[in-house]
Parts: sequence; C-alpha cells; structure tokens
Amino acid sequence: MTARFSFSRLAAMIRKEFIQMRRDRLTFAMMLGIPVMQLVLFGYAINSDPKHLPTALFAQDNSVFTRSIVKGMENSDYFDIVAKPETAAEADDLIRTGKVQFVLQIPADFSRELQRGARPKLLLDADATDPAATGNAVAGIQLLTAQVLNRDLEGPLASLRPAPDPVNLVIHRRYNAEGRTELNIVPGLIGVILTMTMIIFTALAMTREVERGTMENLLTMPVRPFEVMMGKILPYIIVGYIQAAVVLAAAYWLFDVPIAGSLGLLAFVLFFFVAANLAVGFTFSTLARNQLQAVQMTIFFFLPSILLSGFMFPFRGMPHWAQWLGEVLPLTHFLRIVRGILLKGNGISEIAPDLLALLAFLTVVSIVSLNRFRQTLD
Amino acid sequence: MSQTHHAEPAADAPLIIDVQGLTKSFGETKVVDGIDMQVAEGEIYGFLGPNGSGKTTTIRMLCGLLTPDAGAGTCLGHDIISDSAKIKLKVGYMTQRFSLYEDLSIRENLAFVASIYGLKKPKQAVRETLEKLGLETRANQLAGALSGGWKQRLALAAAIMHEPKLLLLDEPTAGVDPKARRDFWDEIHQLADNGLTVLVSTHYMDEAERCHKICYLAYGKLLARGTVNEVIRQSGLVTWLVSSNSQRQINRLARELADRSGVEMVAPFGATLHVSGANDNALEAAVAPWRGEAGLDWQKVEPTLEDVFIHMMQGASDNFG
Repeated sequence: MTARFSFSRLAAMIRKEFIQMRRDRLTFAMMLGIPVMQLVLFGYAINSDPKHLPTALFAQDNSVFTRSIVKGMENSDYFDIVAKPETAAEADDLIRTGKVQFVLQIPADFSRELQRGARPKLLLDADATDPAATGNAVAGIQLLTAQVLNRDLEGPLASLRPAPDPVNLVIHRRYNAEGRTELNIVPGLIGVILTMTMIIFTALAMTREVERGTMENLLTMPVRPFEVMMGKILPYIIVGYIQAAVVLAAAYWLFDVPIAGSLGLLAFVLFFFVAANLAVGFTFSTLARNQLQAVQMTIFFFLPSILLSGFMFPFRGMPHWAQWLGEVLPLTHFLRIVRGILLKGNGISEIAPDLLALLAFLTVVSIVSLNRFRQTLD
Repeated sequence: MSQTHHAEPAADAPLIIDVQGLTKSFGETKVVDGIDMQVAEGEIYGFLGPNGSGKTTTIRMLCGLLTPDAGAGTCLGHDIISDSAKIKLKVGYMTQRFSLYEDLSIRENLAFVASIYGLKKPKQAVRETLEKLGLETRANQLAGALSGGWKQRLALAAAIMHEPKLLLLDEPTAGVDPKARRDFWDEIHQLADNGLTVLVSTHYMDEAERCHKICYLAYGKLLARGTVNEVIRQSGLVTWLVSSNSQRQINRLARELADRSGVEMVAPFGATLHVSGANDNALEAAVAPWRGEAGLDWQKVEPTLEDVFIHMMQGASDNFG
C-alpha cells in the first residue's frame, strides 16, 4: 500500500477512463446528444406564452361590431378562428374533444343590446385544463373588447362610449374553474411516471439477461421470441396498473382532482399506453449492449416526452415541427386522454383519435422490436 | 486415466452429428473454416483447440444459436439450418459461463427450465433432479451463492432435465477443482453409457483422454481427429524424455536445445525435459552431442497429447497466423 498521493497514478486512471469513454460510442454520443437536444427543445420548441390558439366562433349575431371583435381577436395573435359551429352542441363538442381551446359565443341580440348601451354578454368558453395555455389569451381579450369597440362606437354613437366596458365579457374557464395547475399536472403525472418506469424496467430486464449471460441459455431453450417478449412485458403491465392506481388515489384524495369520466375507460386506455412504453423499452433492450446504454436510451426518449407532450409546457405553444414530433410520442396522446377523462368527463368517442394514435404507435414499435429480437446470437 | 473401463459405442451406431463444411465469419475473421464432423450415438467426443480456435462457435452452430455462413448437415437427424427449433428440443447445452439465474433459487431455476421445455410433470422432474444432485436441503438457496463446482453440477442437471439425446458442453470444468472435475466426468460417462451423445470442449489433456474420440481445432480448421492414440500416431511426432538429478543441468540443456534445427519443442516438466520433433532422424542428430553427457538419462517415449497439440498449433500458426 503506497500512502503518498501520486499524480502519475491519477493520470493513469484518468487516461484509462477517457479510453473507455471513447470505446463506448453510445455513451460518447449521449454526452453530446443530450445537451444538444436540451438546447434545441428548451431554446426553440418551448414557449410558455402560446399564441394562435384554435378558437371556435359561435356567432348568432353578425354585425360590424361582432366583426370588429373577431378581427381584433385575430390581430392579437392569441386567437385563430378555426371553426364556426352552427349550434351550441357543435361548439361544445369542439372544446370537449380539444379541437379548439376557446369558443367565443356572440348572442343573437348582441348588436342591438350594444347599441342600446345595455352591456350585452360576450361569452368566452376556455378549455382551462391547462391554465398556462389560456392565461395570457384570456387576459388579452379583456383589454381588447373595449379597445376595438371604441373605434366603432363613434360619431353620433360616441356618446355611447361607455366608461368601463361596453360589453359584459363572461369568461367561463371550463374543467378547471379556479385555474389550479395541479389539476393539469397530477393526472399528467400518471403518464410521465409510467413512461419513465415502464421503459426503464423492460430495457433493463432484457439487457440484464444479455449482460449476465443468461440470454444464451434462454436462446438454446425452445422458447419463442414472442413468448420472451410477452413474458417480459406482461408482469410490468401489472406494475404499471399499480403505479397508476397510486397516483390516481393521491390525485383524488390529496389534490382533489375530480374524476369526471369513467375509471373503467381509463383502465382500458392504460393497458395500451403501458404496453406502448414497454414495447419501446423492449426495443431499446435489443439495441443496448449493456444496462448503462439502456438507461441512456431511456433518458433520450424520456426528455422529449416530458418537454414536447404538453406535460410541462403548453402543446400549442410549440412550433409546428415540435408539435409533429410531440404527436409521435405516446405520452402526448395519453395526456390528452387522461385529462379528458378525469377533467372533462370524456367518453370513448371523444378520446378515440388519441387512442388510435396510441394503438398505431404500439403496433409499429412491437413489430420493430420483434424483428430486432433475434433468436440467434448472430 | 479413467478408472473404469467404459465400452466404446458400437461401430455401426447412427450418426448424431453429421455436418460438412461449416463456416462462420465475424466481420473479416473466419472463425470456423470448413469443418466436417461426424459423431456417433453414445460417443463422448472431445473438442480441443486453443482459445479462439472456433470451438464455441461450432457448438453454437450445432444447436442453432448461430447460423452458419456456409456448410450443411444434420444434428439428431434434423437440418441444422432449417430445423433448429426441433434440434433445441432434444439438445442439452451447458454454456461456458454459468447461465442460470443467479438471483433465482436452485429450485426456481430448475422449475423454470422444466416449464420452458414443457415437461409433463415439472414438479416431479425438479424433485428428482434435486434428489440426484443431493441438493434437497439447499433447494431454496440462491444459485448465485453456490460454489463453482456446485454451479457446474446444477447447470449440468438443468441441461439434462428434459432428457436430451445430445449434450453439448462448452468447457464445462473451467475453474472447477480436480475432485469435482473427476466426479463430473464419471457422470458424463454414465450418461453416455445410457446412450446420450456428448460433445465436450476442453483445454485439459486428462479430460481429452477420457473421451472416446477427439478432434483438434486451430484457427477455425480441423487439424486432427480420431481416438487419442490415433491422433498421437498420426502426428508423427517423436519425443525424447531427458531426466537428470540436477535441475540446473535440465535448465541449461533446455536453453541449449531450444534453437537446434530438428528440435521443435523443448518443454521442461520439473526435473525432466520433453524434446520433440517431427523428423526422427533430424531430432536424433540434433540431440546427439548431449546424449553422452554425464548425469543425463535419455529415453525415447511416446509423445503426450499435449506435445502433439502444441506441435500442431505451431504448424497451424505457420500456415494461418
């Protein structure tokens, strides 16, 4: 035992460490890849002040005043009128399915009432499941109505220029009246936790077999790849349900998250979401040569999942390329589904598009992983 | 070496392994290069060769773990390329590295293997295997806690639980003590007597001598095959055994003989020296100046298997290295 500190021994350790770092190509790539990915995502994709939010205009009145209001809203950049429903039910459907963030309802006698100075109601329904996505837009429209109408209310009508506000803007924050962020975060956490744990469990479970040499034994036995894959996935589906139940119970009792929809439907969807993540983990395990690589791949998948899915930042605040990327991720669709079921009380018909997206993802990844899993050591 | 005489299998026994021209490359390197191999039922076939000579790769091709690049043949009557699923059912394979689950108990490991092979009565099979191993009392211990010798016995028990027709053993006794090795080989002979065919790779010469037939592989090519005596005879190697009372004299002689032409190998074994060469006359001429030296006793002996293998390896490296 040499007691003295030796620089040459330290140098030998450091040199060896760098050689090993360079040998492990994937680790080396991750050292550069993860910072670059973070930079791109945080720098370009994430925007906590989302604009151009899809808005439905349910106009039962059409006049110079209503046109001004609509024009003013569009000019504010916060609202894009994407639909003009004819009925209240149609408008309601748009907001429930999440196709629009807002519905602006202009009542039938709006112009007449306005001219009478009766401060008519202007109704803005906001999908407030994510308070961050609607906050600035709602603040913007309150200033806007007074401004744009002041221009129209001129000449003989100038006397009507009202002191505070010519209209009575009624904002209805639906699904989350108090704008509590935990109503948005906590249900989403079910998805985030499952993404993290499910992928890493399977990715590790398989690479462990390879690393410990038990895979060689497994491959010589008459067990089929599909059986191995299912055997690796099914136990963790049960684990996934337990995790989801724990978060859900905490959401309900600790955070007062409402359960507006059917828990049975949520359980049904959970199966496909968990399976999709496990399939991703299984695919990683066929690519990773050791457990460290499997963990790195999981991080590489997890990071965009929380950033681009709409969990941390409003989905509609992101540029289009980031939204397209987000649409690929299972977490994005699961978040919409779980928030829809718990907060909006959505049923199967409202969640169908996102469920189909999950199914498509699951199918593609399963095929990839089954093809990647070789029954030989070639 | 073997204490009991084990009957060699009948000459007309059917071929369990019959492959021709097996070839496998990894990248640029040809790891196995055109190997032909015939193993008859009930034979213990020793697979010898230096590290990296392609033994493990050949074994893996035989049981369908690797697909050969070229070559064809049958294993247990099934085509090794297209029928590997059927082969797997009838082959027991013991990998070089312990490949049962270290974090499962002995019983759990056996139960897992029994179920994967779809044994009719898995519980009974596990119980019988535990009894045979004498591991009933330790059945709930984790497999990872076992010593090297016990791990090897467990792995063997797991490999034969489904009553395979062919047993592939890849360096089964590496790192196992001599007593455990001998017990292991007694068991292999017992299994072969009951009709099981065994292909076993090893580095130990004493183990090679316990095989019915052996073959020698170097640089992916098969250099020799037959019984131990046949392989020794075919090599044409001549060996002189020199003994002396003085270790220094032996050491000096070893140095002096090493570079003589006609002398291929000089290997000290304690106070004796093995001096070998392929050409009897050339070797005789080479050692002649020392034959009369006082204190040295010269004897012409049959070369050992080890001498023969090292001789073949040197020849092979001249050709391929």
